[in-house]
Amino acid sequence: MSDATAHPALSAGIPAKVETPFQRFRAEFFESKIATVALAVFGSIVLLAILAPWITPQNPYDLAQVSVMDGRLPPGSEAFDGYTMWLGSDGSGRDLYSAILYGLRISLTVGLASGVIALLIGMAIGLVAAYAGGRIEAIIMRIVDLQLSFPASLVALMMVAALGKGVDKIILALVIAQWAYYARTVRATALVERGKEYVEAAQCLGISRFRIVFRHILPNCMAPLIVVGTVQTASAISLEATLSFLGVGLPQTEPSIGVLIANGFEYMLSGRYWISVFPGLALLFTVVSINLVGDHLRDVLNPRLKK
Amino acid sequence: MTVFIIRRLLQALLVVFMMSVIVFFGVNIVGDPVYMLVSPDADQADIEAAISRLGLDRPILEQYWLFLKGAAQGDLGNSFIFGEPALKLILHHMPATMELAFSALFLAIVIGIPLGLYAGLYPDGMLSKGIMAASIFGFSLPTFWVGLMLIMLFAVELQWVPATGRGDIGSFLGIQSSIFTLDGLSHIFLPALNLALLKISLAIRLTRAGVREAMGLDYVKYARAKGLSTRRIILVHVMKNIMIPVVTVMGLEFGSLIGFSVVTETIFAWPGMGKLLIDAILQLDRPVVVAYLMIIVLFFVLINLIVDILYSILDPRVRLQDQGA
Amino acid sequence: MSAVLDVHGLKTHFFTHAGVVKAVDGVDFTVSKGEIMGLVGESGSGKSITGFSILGLIDPPGRIVEGSIKFNGEEIANAKEERLQGLRGNRISMIFQDPMMTLNPVLRIDTQMMEAILAHESVSKQTAWERSRDALGLVGIPSPEERLRAYPHQLSGGMRQRVAIATAFLNKPDLIIADEPTTALDVTIQAQIIHEAQKLTKQTGTAMIWITHDLAVVAGLADRISVMYAGRIVEQGGIDDVIDRPLHPYTVGLLGSVPTANRRGKRLFQIEGMTPNMLDLPRGCAFGPRCHARTDACDQQPLIKDIDGRSLRCLNPQRAPEAVK
Ligand SMILES: Nc1ncnc2c1ncn2[C@@H]1O[C@H](COP(=O)(O)OP(=O)(O)O)[C@@H](O)[C@H]1O
Ligand code: SF4
Ligand SMILES: [Mg+2]
Repeated sequence: MSDATAHPALSAGIPAKVETPFQRFRAEFFESKIATVALAVFGSIVLLAILAPWITPQNPYDLAQVSVMDGRLPPGSEAFDGYTMWLGSDGSGRDLYSAILYGLRISLTVGLASGVIALLIGMAIGLVAAYAGGRIEAIIMRIVDLQLSFPASLVALMMVAALGKGVDKIILALVIAQWAYYARTVRATALVERGKEYVEAAQCLGISRFRIVFRHILPNCMAPLIVVGTVQTASAISLEATLSFLGVGLPQTEPSIGVLIANGFEYMLSGRYWISVFPGLALLFTVVSINLVGDHLRDVLNPRLKK
Repeated sequence: MTVFIIRRLLQALLVVFMMSVIVFFGVNIVGDPVYMLVSPDADQADIEAAISRLGLDRPILEQYWLFLKGAAQGDLGNSFIFGEPALKLILHHMPATMELAFSALFLAIVIGIPLGLYAGLYPDGMLSKGIMAASIFGFSLPTFWVGLMLIMLFAVELQWVPATGRGDIGSFLGIQSSIFTLDGLSHIFLPALNLALLKISLAIRLTRAGVREAMGLDYVKYARAKGLSTRRIILVHVMKNIMIPVVTVMGLEFGSLIGFSVVTETIFAWPGMGKLLIDAILQLDRPVVVAYLMIIVLFFVLINLIVDILYSILDPRVRLQDQGA
Repeated sequence: MSAVLDVHGLKTHFFTHAGVVKAVDGVDFTVSKGEIMGLVGESGSGKSITGFSILGLIDPPGRIVEGSIKFNGEEIANAKEERLQGLRGNRISMIFQDPMMTLNPVLRIDTQMMEAILAHESVSKQTAWERSRDALGLVGIPSPEERLRAYPHQLSGGMRQRVAIATAFLNKPDLIIADEPTTALDVTIQAQIIHEAQKLTKQTGTAMIWITHDLAVVAGLADRISVMYAGRIVEQGGIDDVIDRPLHPYTVGLLGSVPTANRRGKRLFQIEGMTPNMLDLPRGCAFGPRCHARTDACDQQPLIKDIDGRSLRCLNPQRAPEAVK
């Protein structure tokens, strides 16, 4: 009862400003300082990853530019080639700052690609279920429920165990592990929308199911899909790092952040913390910033949860 | 109630059956079962022996029947590396994992629920905001990286507890576990905390949401109108209601704790079945992987079943629905 | 007769983001021993908030900003929480509107009744149980022992409301606030419950405030009536005066909208216009926009005047009192 704006007698009194839904969304999103900062942090990370070749002192995977003599240097050391390694170097002499930016390219690619593909596939399956209804819908949803009763990390682990290493394979594994979350989201929206009057009215008017699915259900599941998408992308990035850390994800030739952290693991017990810690911080900033954005998106896009 | 349990048991059996179909045909479709089930070092004669032993020359449905029969008798193949039955190997490593998962669940409940309760009762307080921010971190931080940081901080820098391995085993009421010795506790603390982190965050959020919802409901206001103490309202009226969903969800999460223990066990060199699985994957010891998969499926189904029954016992609305009022 | 409750100039406001909601804005009334006062008004007029203010159960963003509430001569507006806790459910009880929502779904009836006794008296559980059983018997619940063992969902709505009434009488309070206790019930059950409540107040000498939006309900029940509109009492007087010779246009409207005996539940006509927006009340008389007796003078807030044995807040009473006599 302490919820002020939820009270029906009150909502009538708030003057309605004329603005587009997007403008309102934007205004509400940037109301939260934390979310704004998180979005800025994530934007910078993406930018740094894209610009990596132009803003790093070395290409850590060009053997000609890496010298083993630079191995395991602490942060701030000077490299053989004269530049400063602000974050130190790893076991084989790569500048960590450069390695992290290059690693972010791979991690972000895997995370975003698997996120988008899983979204599209999950959405398609969810829409098919909503369109078909009846038995087909029941069967699809049982499969979704069954898969969701297992943690995504375990499903992904099993998939990479079957598929092997490599960027394409890990993307496939992540898609398989995550499509069901999107399918469930679409279906939840479909259930709500179907119960609404306008859809019932549309059905009475003899408007085709196809139209109902694409004109009514699809647009309405966009908001929840975006929220689930951000959270799942963060989790995909984190999952890839985990799998790579365990040695079953990406190979050494495609060193994502997870691979970098794994490489530093062996040095950690001897006090050379930086080789694992700095890539870890990069991962942390990425995942936390996406999650904070997602958390706030949920508040903004879901009127029921609005404070 | 009995009808309900029998119905759920049948459903569970159906799921296990379905998963066996998926695993079996998955193995057959994704790869050559010979390659999947016979060691890569085997020579031609070995392979042929295996093909006839495993019945791979027979029709696929018959093969499936044989697989089922073997599985029912606990025969899921021999490990290439250890030469022992894969199932035996997994069962041997299971107690260590269970002990870790239970400790993590325990930590999640004793840390998460009180914090969530506090955050739900005083949603605008600084401490509550701090708790919620921490829970977002708990959700976002990759488990393996937190594990590394825990080792670095508590084992390497502060040297309070050992970094890796399982401690001495003690025995209590006939149960063998490392949590019954001081050495064992010092070993399990970090990995259990690491594994629990995600679930602590979950428990905080669930409890907080439940408390906030319950506090606005009529029955709480009515309890206040009866002149009950705040203590009784929170501990009896609110907690009894929110414990139902919290216990249910935390119970369901037990399965995911076992799944996640793969990561934690690897970092802390904990000799459980998760570590066994990763080693098996890395060494292409496929029978162990398949056996782990089947065991885990069984496990999840069992947990779901137990939680469902627990839920129906906890909630009088469900418990009594079969009886006439 | 001595006043059990004396409310004077009570103002309870809610300080929301959208503005200040003056839910109760200057309310005066007195309730004497054994008297039943009907508090009548449309939904949103501030009846419940008046009741909760008396019990000290107003939660932020709301608070009692002004006025006095004297209970047996003691000032209890903004009194200490311990004092209020001691009064609630003990000297002042409350019955809520929706019996489906007010009983805690996971606690048995005996728990919920006995705790109301045990919170205020140190008696044995056995005594508390016996008193609960007897109270259930008093409100006409058959086989009370059995009902005590039940969970709320096993009882019908009418049965649950009887439980709430029995609970309200448990500690022989001086005052009971019944907030629309029959609104959620069928008409026949409604009549029984009203009868039961009336009988009990007569037997025990308890004073009662019966809140409702339905004048017909209080017509045969209350001794006096206070009609509330937009946070203020607009007409107050003896039941016969107000029902037979209403002076305020709003009371006249309410009477016009009373369902007739043969077609219950169906409003013959409703007062025209919308219930007011509490954030943006009209200048002067809040009822102005819906009033057909309105004059320009009504732009000034009408003050309370004593006319014809009642207090009235209207510049143009419906019929001149002299003409009636
Ligand atoms: N928690 C709250 N926050 C803001 N306004 C409230 C709150 N609770 C009640 N109100 C306002 O107080 C007014 C009176 O409410 P209430 O006493 O419940 O009316 P009723 O006469 O129907 O019982 C309503 O207009 C409502 O808008
Ligand atoms: S004061 Fe005027 S507007 Fe208000 S009720 Fe009386 S006549 Fe109508
Ligand atoms: Mg009310």
